Amino acid sequence: MSVAPPLLAVEGLTKSYGGIHAVRGVSFSLRAGEILALIGPNGAGKSTCFDMLNGQNKPDSGHVRLLGEETTGKKPREIWRMGVGRTFQITATFATMTVRENVQVALISHGKQLYNLFGSAPNFDRNEAGRLLELVGMGGYADRPCGELAYGDLKRLELAVALANEPKLLLMDEPTAGMAPRERVDLMRLTAQIAREKSIGVLFTEHDMDVVFEHADRIIVLNRGTLIAEGSPAEVRGNPQVQAVYLGEGLVYDARHREGTSA
Amino acid sequence: MKLTVQDLNSHYGPAHILFDIGFEVGEGEVVALLGRNGAGKSTTFRSIVGLVAQRSGRIMFEGKDVSAKPTHEIVREGLGYVPEERRIFTDLTVEENLEVGRQPKRPNAPHWTREKLFALFPNLGEMKNRPGGRMSGGEQQMLTIARTLMGNPSLVLLDEPSEGLSPKIVEQMVDAILTMKKEGVSIVVSEQNLHFARLISDRAYIIERGRICFGGTMAELDSRPDIRDAHLSL
Amino acid sequence: MAFYVVQFLTGLASAASLFLVASGLSIIFGVTRIVNFAHGAFYMIGAYIAFTLTERLSGAFGFWGSIVLAALAVALIGVLVEMVLLRRIYHAPELFQLLATFGLTLMVEDLVVLIWGPDDLVGRRAPGFKGAIDFFSQNIPSYDLFLIVLGPVVLGILWLLFQRTRWGVLVRAATQDRDMVAALGVNQKWLFTSVFAVGVFLAALGGALQIPRDAVHHAMDLRIIVEVFVVVVIGGLGSIVGAFVAAVLVSELNAFGILIFPKISIILVFLVMAVVLIVRPWGLFGKPEAAARKTPGLTVNPWRPLTSNERLASLAALVIAATLPLFAGNYALTVGSEIAIFVIFAVSLHFLMSVGGLASFGHAAYFGLGAYGIAFLAKMAGLPMIVCLLLGPLLGCMGAAVFGFFAVQLSGVYFAMLTLAFAQIVWSIAFQWVSVTGGDNGILGVWPEKWAASPSHFYWLALGVAALVTIALRIAVFSPFGYALRATRDSVLRSEAIGIDAKRIQWTAFVIAGTTAGIGGALFAYLKGSVFPDNLGISLSVDALVMVLLGGVETVSGAVIGAIVYKALNIWLVSQTDLSKLVLGGFIVLIVVVFPKGIVGMLEMLAQRRRKSSPPGSPLLAKPIESAE
Repeated sequence: MSVAPPLLAVEGLTKSYGGIHAVRGVSFSLRAGEILALIGPNGAGKSTCFDMLNGQNKPDSGHVRLLGEETTGKKPREIWRMGVGRTFQITATFATMTVRENVQVALISHGKQLYNLFGSAPNFDRNEAGRLLELVGMGGYADRPCGELAYGDLKRLELAVALANEPKLLLMDEPTAGMAPRERVDLMRLTAQIAREKSIGVLFTEHDMDVVFEHADRIIVLNRGTLIAEGSPAEVRGNPQVQAVYLGEGLVYDARHREGTSA
Repeated sequence: MKLTVQDLNSHYGPAHILFDIGFEVGEGEVVALLGRNGAGKSTTFRSIVGLVAQRSGRIMFEGKDVSAKPTHEIVREGLGYVPEERRIFTDLTVEENLEVGRQPKRPNAPHWTREKLFALFPNLGEMKNRPGGRMSGGEQQMLTIARTLMGNPSLVLLDEPSEGLSPKIVEQMVDAILTMKKEGVSIVVSEQNLHFARLISDRAYIIERGRICFGGTMAELDSRPDIRDAHLSL
Repeated sequence: MAFYVVQFLTGLASAASLFLVASGLSIIFGVTRIVNFAHGAFYMIGAYIAFTLTERLSGAFGFWGSIVLAALAVALIGVLVEMVLLRRIYHAPELFQLLATFGLTLMVEDLVVLIWGPDDLVGRRAPGFKGAIDFFSQNIPSYDLFLIVLGPVVLGILWLLFQRTRWGVLVRAATQDRDMVAALGVNQKWLFTSVFAVGVFLAALGGALQIPRDAVHHAMDLRIIVEVFVVVVIGGLGSIVGAFVAAVLVSELNAFGILIFPKISIILVFLVMAVVLIVRPWGLFGKPEAAARKTPGLTVNPWRPLTSNERLASLAALVIAATLPLFAGNYALTVGSEIAIFVIFAVSLHFLMSVGGLASFGHAAYFGLGAYGIAFLAKMAGLPMIVCLLLGPLLGCMGAAVFGFFAVQLSGVYFAMLTLAFAQIVWSIAFQWVSVTGGDNGILGVWPEKWAASPSHFYWLALGVAALVTIALRIAVFSPFGYALRATRDSVLRSEAIGIDAKRIQWTAFVIAGTTAGIGGALFAYLKGSVFPDNLGISLSVDALVMVLLGGVETVSGAVIGAIVYKALNIWLVSQTDLSKLVLGGFIVLIVVVFPKGIVGMLEMLAQRRRKSSPPGSPLLAKPIESAE
């Protein structure tokens, strides 16, 4: 279909723990600027799969390639240097530092100044840090201690930090978990807008089907470690197997769409 | 009234989190506490069961003032608490997790046995000796509820039971909560998912920035889209 | 052959006491998350009380009754300590708890001498186990055989207790999530108290059972506690089976180490521990800790560089300090030099501990290495003082590079214990390698050259170096490296996800801190004119921790104030009382309980309150910051 080479190519990814296959033969690809959702029941292997992409976990077999370059088995920090930013399910930020300092640390790392003992960190790339914070709508919070931020703001800060090294790919693990519906929509719109503008590929896992169906270009469904479906939101939604193992009767997510109160 | 909360104020260190929170729960009612993340839902629950050190206000449970009591005494009065994030003892088996929650029978509350709970959550019955750490998120959520029910509570505070669960498991959770209600347990459930809350609740309160800003039946909430949209920001 | 079998059995017998004490420490740690430094003190009190009772009560019944009675009495003391002290600090950071229990240990050491006197006491033999059994013409004391059987029996009883009783299930649950246990209706306080009582009972029993084998003396606490740390670290904190296996391993290493490597018998055990920790960082039977629920505990106010007014004020303070020789006498100047040196030592630890989040319990090792470096260069190589001062600290740097590499593989209490163990290795080498280090007699006659010899000149030298070091480290805090270091402290996960090699950053910080400590040690050698193994001992390491804590761990400059106040107080106290350990220990406990934020932290809090005109109901004492929503 597409002539562009895949940004991310995953082939035959497999991982087992104590004889039990957590992930078995998972293959998929992702284009630049595309937003791909990975969904599936609790315990289907989403986290394992995700961790093998970001380097937290090593696959038993299979390959992950970023623009043709192998990332399989590399450490998280090496994968980041290849242009992969990420956000965590439970936010991971530097709680005792200010919002701006959080971004500056990422910029320092990107500029390879980590072992600079005598420079002035408070003035390091201050403008660039401010620009990134503006981009995610956090410009007014730059001097706030990170530990005081509301949860939704932490998620936006994580996004700014993830963008600091001009990534080609964003990995987001349950980006809207723990957020109110409006915040979810805002964050995902922002992400989509940035992804489209900068042609960044986004892979995210999510349980909120309202978010998934509204923002994903494509969805892949994992069950018991294997991919059982792939396609557009409409296709996946209508897939009887996906309904049986995951979506259920649609009581707890669909109502909003039916009532037409969707944002 | 089963539970009456009046003028509840809570602090974390220098930060004032809850401001004059007040609400009521009737006998056998399911009440939803709605609000966005950080609005103060979990802090409200933690304050009621005494897990927040700095709190003031009056908490009446079954006509007794429990606001000055330590956590374990409040819980032993029959006020059960199911925390967010489930907090299963991952090294302990399902049976042992239930054992930790076990409390004596109470005259005015339904009595739960292991057998009854395994009937309510059939998955658990099939993995009695499995360590909590080797269960899926959905199974852990069932176990954390079952563990609290082992204390034979007459009222349960359920903190975000649908968070992080697949839609299908959330539907099972709806059934389980309705069964608990039928057995005679009063329930306060904190939620962000309004669809879920609507399926189980009689009444709802909305909490925003540590203050209660709406209280009424689900029908009343639906007739006030202005309030709903302003505070739940759908 | 028979000789080796007997040696093996002796090792097994020694393992029994060690296992009792170690399992007690492990049980207490599992539930309360407190690494009870005072565990050695309870072991020692158990031995002393058992000694007194067995002297009073006669017969077999009297003897065995005394042993059990002593353990029960100490358990009761433990309950009191738990209720009065530990309950107040359960939510404090680990470091505070370690320090508080260390303070207790200091107090007990003086109290024991007050009550039982300073001499070794030799106890009665155990009735029924007085003789020895002949084994191929080698003697095995029958009491040893009794102990060999006792170990596995106690292990079995503990296993049943934890697996088969409701109390055991509750304890195991509390080990994972104590608040959740309370939220299920369990009285957490009494559960903790009962666990502490059981743990202390085991320690005291271990001590009481030693009296037929060993003399009772007032230094037995430190000796056992270091061994017990090694045992629980090898076996895995929290694992009772691990404690048993490791106790046997350590005892056998001791038993055979003396035969094979008499010079480095102590080191052998530490080397095995280092290897275990690197291969299995959580010990042979331990489990990797799930990322602990983050208690913020550390600073909430972001740090900022000094304003220009504050810079002027600091400069003024320095200038005033520099005028001291104009009006003070020689004694005051020597005290001033010593304080300046300890400022260097304290800021170096502060850099590692507050900025890097790595609380080292063996920082004196690098201070002492710097001092020995000077002694070797000046005495043996006869180099000029300036060259010595430049090269001496390099020994601290090298030590920090080697040990730091291993230490940063771990974090939290494991890091603390490993650094303590490394410091003990260095201490052992200094103590045992007499031909090079002079052993206990140290190296004497390390005097500064003429230009720095007078008290005022040396004072200016020390003050100048202290000022330079403090400024340099402050610049480093606000450098890109300082930000990266703080980042690894706050979240290793996030650091790695933005390309930071966290361990390498921390290792670099360890080397910087070690080298800086070495500079302090180098000056110290010249100040005292001599070097002793004490210059790298545990108590000096703890001094450094107290200085940082007293100033305020959460502040950027607290260490300077902490060092000045603590050292001045210390020197004054030692000149005033014979019971300096008792007073010092009490002082440490007091700081931890009453001033957890330290002097500078308190001042900052007061200043902030005045600015904000005090939020209602905010307590004077820092309440535990629980994980906020």
